[in-house]
Amino acid sequence: MNIIVCIKQVPGTAVVKINPADNTLIREDVPNIINPFDMYAIEEGLRLREKFGGKITAISMGPPQAVNALKEAVGMGVDEAILVTDRAFAGSDSWATAYTLSLVIKMIGPFDIILCGKQAIDGDTGQVGPGLARQLGITQLTYIFKIQKLDPSAKTIIVERLLEEGHEIVEGKLPALLTVVKDINQPRLSSLANLRRSGKQKIRMVVASDLIGVDMARLGLNGSPTKVIKIFSPPKRDGILDMIHADTNEKAAAILADKIIAEKIL
Amino acid sequence: MPLLEIDKDKCLGCGNCIDVCPFGALTLEGDIVVVNEKCTGCGACLEACPVAALRLPANKPVKAENLTEYRGVWVWIEQFHGQMCDIAAEILGQGRKLADLRQTILTACVLGYNVEHITKKAISFGADRVFWVDDPSLAVYRTAPYAETLIRLARLHKPEIFLLGASSRGRDLAGSVATDLYTGLTADCTGLDIDPEKGILIQTRPAFGGNIMAMIICPDHRPQMATVRHRVFEMPPADPEHQGDVITVVPSLTEEQISTRVTDFIQELDKINLADARIIVAGGRGVGGADGFEPLQKLAQVLGGAVGSSRSAVDAGWISYAHQIGQTGRTVRPDLYIACGISGAIQHLAGMKTSRIIVAINKNADAPIFDVANYGIVGDLFQIVPALTQQFKQKMQK
Ligand SMILES: Cc1cc2nc3c(=O)[nH]c(=O)nc-3n(C[C@H](O)[C@H](O)[C@H](O)COP(=O)(O)OP(=O)(O)OC[C@H]3O[C@@H](n4cnc5c(N)ncnc54)[C@H](O)[C@@H]3O)c2cc1C
Ligand SMILES: Nc1ncnc2c1ncn2[C@@H]1O[C@H](COP(=O)(O)O)[C@@H](O)[C@H]1O
Repeated sequence: MNIIVCIKQVPGTAVVKINPADNTLIREDVPNIINPFDMYAIEEGLRLREKFGGKITAISMGPPQAVNALKEAVGMGVDEAILVTDRAFAGSDSWATAYTLSLVIKMIGPFDIILCGKQAIDGDTGQVGPGLARQLGITQLTYIFKIQKLDPSAKTIIVERLLEEGHEIVEGKLPALLTVVKDINQPRLSSLANLRRSGKQKIRMVVASDLIGVDMARLGLNGSPTKVIKIFSPPKRDGILDMIHADTNEKAAAILADKIIAEKIL
Repeated sequence: MPLLEIDKDKCLGCGNCIDVCPFGALTLEGDIVVVNEKCTGCGACLEACPVAALRLPANKPVKAENLTEYRGVWVWIEQFHGQMCDIAAEILGQGRKLADLRQTILTACVLGYNVEHITKKAISFGADRVFWVDDPSLAVYRTAPYAETLIRLARLHKPEIFLLGASSRGRDLAGSVATDLYTGLTADCTGLDIDPEKGILIQTRPAFGGNIMAMIICPDHRPQMATVRHRVFEMPPADPEHQGDVITVVPSLTEEQISTRVTDFIQELDKINLADARIIVAGGRGVGGADGFEPLQKLAQVLGGAVGSSRSAVDAGWISYAHQIGQTGRTVRPDLYIACGISGAIQHLAGMKTSRIIVAINKNADAPIFDVANYGIVGDLFQIVPALTQQFKQKMQK
């Protein structure tokens, strides 16, 4: 089975904060990490390979330092890694990212399944997965927390999706793109053997001119329909903390209940 | 290579741009600013520069289409098991305002099976026109038949603005539709306005787990598409007098052309889903175990709310992931959020800090959850939560 995993390098979570004193951004120098949801995608790929055999290719589009995310993926056990990096890709929004990734995937040949994270924790859009499925014209299955069954020869898959109201069981045809949520598995740590391999592994580089059939006008900032025009700090929560003190828990609870009732939201 | 160009002769080295860069891509070298590989070309720094020393390559419109051909505001009416979802009414309300500002009509897209009653509902919430697509193949939401139908309609009728809920289904659908239409899609918006001069849609949304807000536009592509967060816009009052045209439309795909089947649905325990919940009682590591959620469940029941949780409680296996609130769980915006035994880590706050009223119950007076709370009690949740349940029972009966 040919498995593709799309991973994004993102700033470690606590990196961006707003300084309440002067509304500027504070950054601690936290290292970049693989987007947490993509760790589940990698792990699910490894489990599928254990069951069905085959090959896993990890793809990341980003600046040259994203090579570290790919090395980590190799450390976990993926077979091949591709870094999609070029000045022409800079400033891509989710449309241009999905477009670029789709061209890379078309170049690497036939595949059965693509695994993406539910969303990346920097942009929080969750749009690249659906965009990629649409660009490639394959089955789209989002918010997956379980692969119930996969039959590579019949080219079918049965998954459980996590929706607001509960779980949905869906049967689909391969090739398919899955976006996965946290509950699907517990990502493994890198093994020593894989870590050694990851030191030596050659990471394949793809630049814009490598892409077959590319429309350069659809890449990067110019190809991105959306533009960020301003970034600002979120509105502060209004109201200050009303700390409730009383000599017994009952009294404290009574005061709190009255105050909540007075808010007229119940 | 970073995209940003810095005019070394103009740069004063004031550092204003360094502070606003969300990616840490700008640094001071000597007395001028330099840009590194972390730059994504987002443009957040441009405004901060007092001397216009920063520049991004001019963006050439790639779609040489006549943008003025696109008119009207569209809303996708999400339904589940034949019932219209609350989010659909909320965006109809906001869609109505945008349509009035643009002096145009509001169109609702109702897809489903036996959903004629929803067409009436959409009109009562402000739609002037409804595209009604009723077919067994649309009974349960699936990406392909929904997306293909909406894509065909959008190509034909050219809406200027197209809004969907930022629910699982809404995001699944919007990502597919916008890709095919080659247009911009802004996820999970918490603000939607019309620029009074240019008449374009200004979309505001949180990023980086809610630590920063971004304003996003889609200047050269149409429709301007956005998914909208739950419970940000108020549900408009239904007006049974409001009139609208219902236009029957056939679906774009037949059952044979659809590559997926939904075979089963398993309802989660609580009847109220977290995204729509007006009241949430949430527990964290402080509840101590699966049993620890029982008093919270009782309180939620008395208040008619849902139960949420921090990641720690999910990771410990005390409650299912469907309940997790925060950066790697759900984002919620209830009127009342009662956090019990939750410390208030930044990743948890990302999912709930826009709740209207936040109540924190925690043993530790220094827990960061108190920084965002409106009301707080320092104490043992196993004492306070049952006492609170008791109080509400008594007081709400009166
Ligand atoms: C990439 C990433 C993503 C993450 N995503 C999420 C997410 O989506 N959601 C999320 O919640 N977290 C998330 N986290 C984890 C987050 O950083 C915190 O670890 C987590 O939120 C802590 O959960 P907690 O508050 O329940 O536990 P703790 O931090 O352990 O806090 C427990 C609190 O309970 C109080 N307490 C204990 N006993 C009692 C008692 N009897 N009565 C009253 N109070 C009591 C304690 O004083 C303490 O404040 C993420 C972390 C990372 C790195
Ligand atoms: N630059 C990228 N390179 C590789 N995969 C990506 C990239 N951006 C997004 N993805 C994939 O798409 C998912 C959703 O990302 P997003 O739409 O940005 O929230 C991620 O979890 C990744 O699996």
